[in-house]
Amino acid sequence: MTDLADRQKLSYIAAQAADARLNVELETEGMTLNIGPQHPATHGTLRIIVRLDGEQVVWAEPSAGYMHRGYEKLTEVRTFPQVTALVNRIDWLGSFANEVPFILAAEKLMEIEAPPRAQWIRTILFELSRIANVGLFLGDLGVQLGAVTPVFMAFRDREHVLNLIEGATGGRFHPNFDRIGGLKDDLPAGWIAETKQVMKKLRNFCTEMEDLLFGNEIFQSRLRGIGVIPAEVAKQYGLSGANLRASGVDWDLRRDQSLPLAYDKVDWKVWTHPDGDSFARCWIRLQETRESTLIVDQLLDTMPSGPIMAKVPRIIKVPEGEAWVSTENPLGEMGYYVVSKGDLGPFRVKIRSASFNNISIVPWVLRGVYVPDVISILASLYFILGDIDR
Amino acid sequence: MSDDAATQELAALPGDALREGVVQALRDALGDALLDSLIKPNDDVWVRVRTDAWVQAGHVLRDTVGCDYFCFLSGIDWMPSPFGRGEDDPTAPAPERDSTIKQGYAGGDTRMQVFARVTNLSKHFGVTIKADVADDAPAIDSWIPVYAGANWHERECHEMFGIGFNGHPDLRNMYLPTDFEGHPLRKDFPLLARLVKPWPGIVDVEPLPGDDAEEGEAS
Amino acid sequence: MLAVDLPYWAQSLLRVLGGTVAVLLPAGTIVYLFLFKMMSFMQSRLGPMEAGPYGSMQLFAEVGKWLQKEDLAPDGADKRIYRMAPLVVLVSTFLLVAVVPFGPDAYFTNFDAGVFYMLAVSSISTLGILMAGWSSANKYSLLGGLRAAGQLIAYELPMVLAVLGVVIQAGTMNLQQIVVKQNSDSIFGWDGLGNPYILTQFIGFAIFMIAVQAELTQTPFDMPIAESELVSGYMTEYSGFRFLIFFIAEFATAGVFSLIASVLFLGGWGVPFSWFGWDAATGSVDNWMNVAGPIIMITKMMVLSGIIMWVRFSYPRFREDQLQRFAWKVLIPVSLLNIMLTAILKVAF
Repeated sequence: MTDLADRQKLSYIAAQAADARLNVELETEGMTLNIGPQHPATHGTLRIIVRLDGEQVVWAEPSAGYMHRGYEKLTEVRTFPQVTALVNRIDWLGSFANEVPFILAAEKLMEIEAPPRAQWIRTILFELSRIANVGLFLGDLGVQLGAVTPVFMAFRDREHVLNLIEGATGGRFHPNFDRIGGLKDDLPAGWIAETKQVMKKLRNFCTEMEDLLFGNEIFQSRLRGIGVIPAEVAKQYGLSGANLRASGVDWDLRRDQSLPLAYDKVDWKVWTHPDGDSFARCWIRLQETRESTLIVDQLLDTMPSGPIMAKVPRIIKVPEGEAWVSTENPLGEMGYYVVSKGDLGPFRVKIRSASFNNISIVPWVLRGVYVPDVISILASLYFILGDIDR
Repeated sequence: MSDDAATQELAALPGDALREGVVQALRDALGDALLDSLIKPNDDVWVRVRTDAWVQAGHVLRDTVGCDYFCFLSGIDWMPSPFGRGEDDPTAPAPERDSTIKQGYAGGDTRMQVFARVTNLSKHFGVTIKADVADDAPAIDSWIPVYAGANWHERECHEMFGIGFNGHPDLRNMYLPTDFEGHPLRKDFPLLARLVKPWPGIVDVEPLPGDDAEEGEAS
Repeated sequence: MLAVDLPYWAQSLLRVLGGTVAVLLPAGTIVYLFLFKMMSFMQSRLGPMEAGPYGSMQLFAEVGKWLQKEDLAPDGADKRIYRMAPLVVLVSTFLLVAVVPFGPDAYFTNFDAGVFYMLAVSSISTLGILMAGWSSANKYSLLGGLRAAGQLIAYELPMVLAVLGVVIQAGTMNLQQIVVKQNSDSIFGWDGLGNPYILTQFIGFAIFMIAVQAELTQTPFDMPIAESELVSGYMTEYSGFRFLIFFIAEFATAGVFSLIASVLFLGGWGVPFSWFGWDAATGSVDNWMNVAGPIIMITKMMVLSGIIMWVRFSYPRFREDQLQRFAWKVLIPVSLLNIMLTAILKVAF
C-alpha cells in the first residue's frame, strides 16, 4: 500500500520534473547586458545593468558610485567660503549654478543679503551656466540618437558662453566666483555688450536646433511616446527641472519661491509640456535655453549699479542654525541643507542634487523598452555623473 | 496667526499660515507622536515625529497636507566630530574636545536622526521632517510605500550612516565597495587624509574688494 | 576592340589590378573627401590639415597607424571565424565590382546575369557581419550582428524589387546592355538624352538609394554599429588591420554601390549615343569612351556617394523596429507597385 503510494508520488514528481525541464528548455534565457561603466552613451561612468529578452529590457538597474567623491564629508572639514570650490565640481557643466544655493543658504543663516547688483550678476551667471549646460545637452542628444553633426554646433556656440563666463569670473569650468555676501569681482568692461551679441547667437542656435533636430521626422519618431513618466510618478521620485515640467507639472523654483535673485524682476515664462515623454523633456530644455537668453537680455538692460559685496566680517562664522535653499539648476532642483554650529565651517551639508533623483526613476521607466530607447531615455533624463555621485 | 498685521504682511509670501496648517494637520493625525515643531517666519517649517510614526507622518504629509513631491531623505549625526576639523597635528596627542550632543531645530533625543524634505508643488511650500533613530540599533521604517523615490536615498543613508530601513527591499551599498567597513558620514569616521596631513588652509582670509583691499595686501 | 591582344595571364593581372584600383580608389576618395572634409565643413571645423596639403595624406597616416597595431582577438572568441569575418566582407565588395562596366570594352566581366549576380554577391557581406558578431564573444557584437542580419535581409528585398523595374524596362539583366539601352533609348520618341532610368524609374531609384543606405549600414540605418548604443556593434572587438578591412569595406562598398546605382539609373559610363551618331546595335561606340567612360562613372559615383554621406551626417538613427516597419510596410509595397506600373507601361508602349 505504502509502496504504491510512494510510486505514485514518485511518478508524479518525475512528471513534474519533466514538465519543469520542458519549461526551462522552451523558455529562452535572458541576457544580462552591462551598459557601462565605460560606454559611449553614459558620458561618464554610470553603469546600467539591464536584463534583456531579445532587445527588450526586462529589468534595469543603474549602478552609480564610480565617481563618488564624498563631498558631504569633505564639506565638514572646510570653512564656509571654501565649500564653493568643492560644490563647483558637482554638476561640472553648470558650475556656477552649484555655488549659488550654497551661498544663499549661508547668507540665510547669517541673515545678510547681497546687494542688488550682485544679485543681478548672480542671476545672469546662473542663467549663463544653464545655457552652457543645456546647450551641450541639445548637441549631445543628437549624438545619442546617431546624428553626429549637432554636437559640433553645440560646442561651437557653447564656446561663446564659456568665454563670457571666463571673462567675468576667470574660470571656464569652475568659476568659484560666488562669495558670501556678494561676488568676487564686478563685471569687466565691455562684457555687457558682448553678452548681448552672444545671446543673439544662442537664440539662432536654438532655432537651428529646432530645425535640425526637433523638426526631424526620425528624431520625433525616436522620442515621442517613449519613456512616458506621468506626473504622479515624477513627483514620487522627486524628478525636477525639465523632467518634471515635461510631465505637465508647473513648478519652477526660479518663480515659485522668493530668493534674493533677480528672477522676479524680469518677464519670463515657465514652459511645460503635457506629454511626459522623452521628446517633451528635450523640447522643454530647448525652450528653456531660449528663455534663458531672454532673461539674460532683460537683466542686462535693468542691471543696477552699486557695490557687489555686502558688509561681511573678515572671518566668516555662520551662526548656529539650519537652512535649506534650493534653486532651479540646469539639471533640476539643486539644494543644500546646511547645518551650522556657529563654527568656521558647516556641521553637516546635505547636498540634494538633481540627477540623483532623476536617475533613481530609471528602473521604473526602463522596464519593457528596447535597447535603443534605453539610450534615448537616459539622454532625455539628462544626468551628469558628478551630480549623481557627488 | 495671532497678530493680524503680521499675518497680513506674511500673506504676501507664500506660506506661514500654510506652515502652521502643516503642523496642525500632523498634530491632528499623529497626536502625541508629533514631538516637536518649529516654524521660522518666511522661511521653513521643521517637524519631528516619533520613530514609529515615521511612515504614518509620510502618509499624512502626502495625502492630507498635499506634499506629494519627494525632495530628499538623509541622515544626520549630531555628535561633534572627535577629530575636529582635521587641523590637528598628527604627531601631537589629540586635544580634548567637547563631545556633548546637541540636536538642531525641532530637538531630538538621539545621536542620529533621519530627516527628509517634501514639497507641496501647488501651494509652494516644503516641510522638513525629522525622526530620531535609536543609538544602539539605528533603524526606521522605510518610506518606499509612501514615496517610491525614497529608495535610493535610503540606500545612501544606510551606507553613509548605518541606519537601517525596515521594509527596504535592497539595502545594497550604492557608492562604496560591498565589503567596505564603517559608515563614512558618521562623525566618528575619520577623514584619513586629514589625519595624516592636516590641511594648511583651514583659516583663509581673502582680501575683499573695496575697503579692505590695502589691508588684505598688507597681511 | 583593344589594339593589342594580351595573353591570358596579362589580362588576368590587368583585371586584378583594375579591380583593386576600382575598389580602393573610390574608398579612399570617399573617406578623404566626404568623411574627412565634407563632414568637417558641415560641422564647422576643418578636419585633418597637417598630413600633406589640406590633410590629403591623412588617410595614409591612418592606414599606417592601423597596420602597426597588434592583431587582437578576445579570449572567448571563435578565433578562426573571427579572423575570417572582415575578409568575407571585403571579398563581397571585390566580387561586386567585377560586373560593373566602365566603358564599352572597359569591364572586368560581361555576362548576361549581371544584375542577378550583383544582388546575390552583395548579400555575402551579411554573412561576414554575422560571423563577426557571433564570433567576437561580446554581447554588443552579438546584438549588432543580429541587427545587421535582420536589417540587411529586410533591405535586400526592396533593393531587388527596385532593380526589377529597371530590368523590366531594359529587357536584360546584363549591366552592359542596360547602359547601352539607357543611352540609345528614347523617352516617348525624344532621344536627346537617351533614357537614363532615373527619369522613368525615379521611384525605383529612390527605393534603391534608401536600400543602399541600409545595406551600407550608414545613418539613419546604422543600428548594427550604433556607437551610442552598441559601442560599435559587430566591430566592437576588432582593432588593427582587421578593423581597417571593415573600414575599407564600408566605404568601398559605398563606392561600388554608387557605381552600380549610376549604371542602373544614371546611364553608367555612356553619353547619349544620339549626340555622336553611334549605333548601339552594331556596337559602333568610339574607342575613346574607354577612357572617358571611367571618368564619367567616377563623377557619377562621387555625386551619389556624396548624397549617401550627406544623409549620413545629417540624420539621427532609426530604431530597429521602425527600420523593419519602414522596409516591410513602405518600401516593399511601393516597389511592388512600381514593378506593376513598369510592366503595364512596358506592355502598353
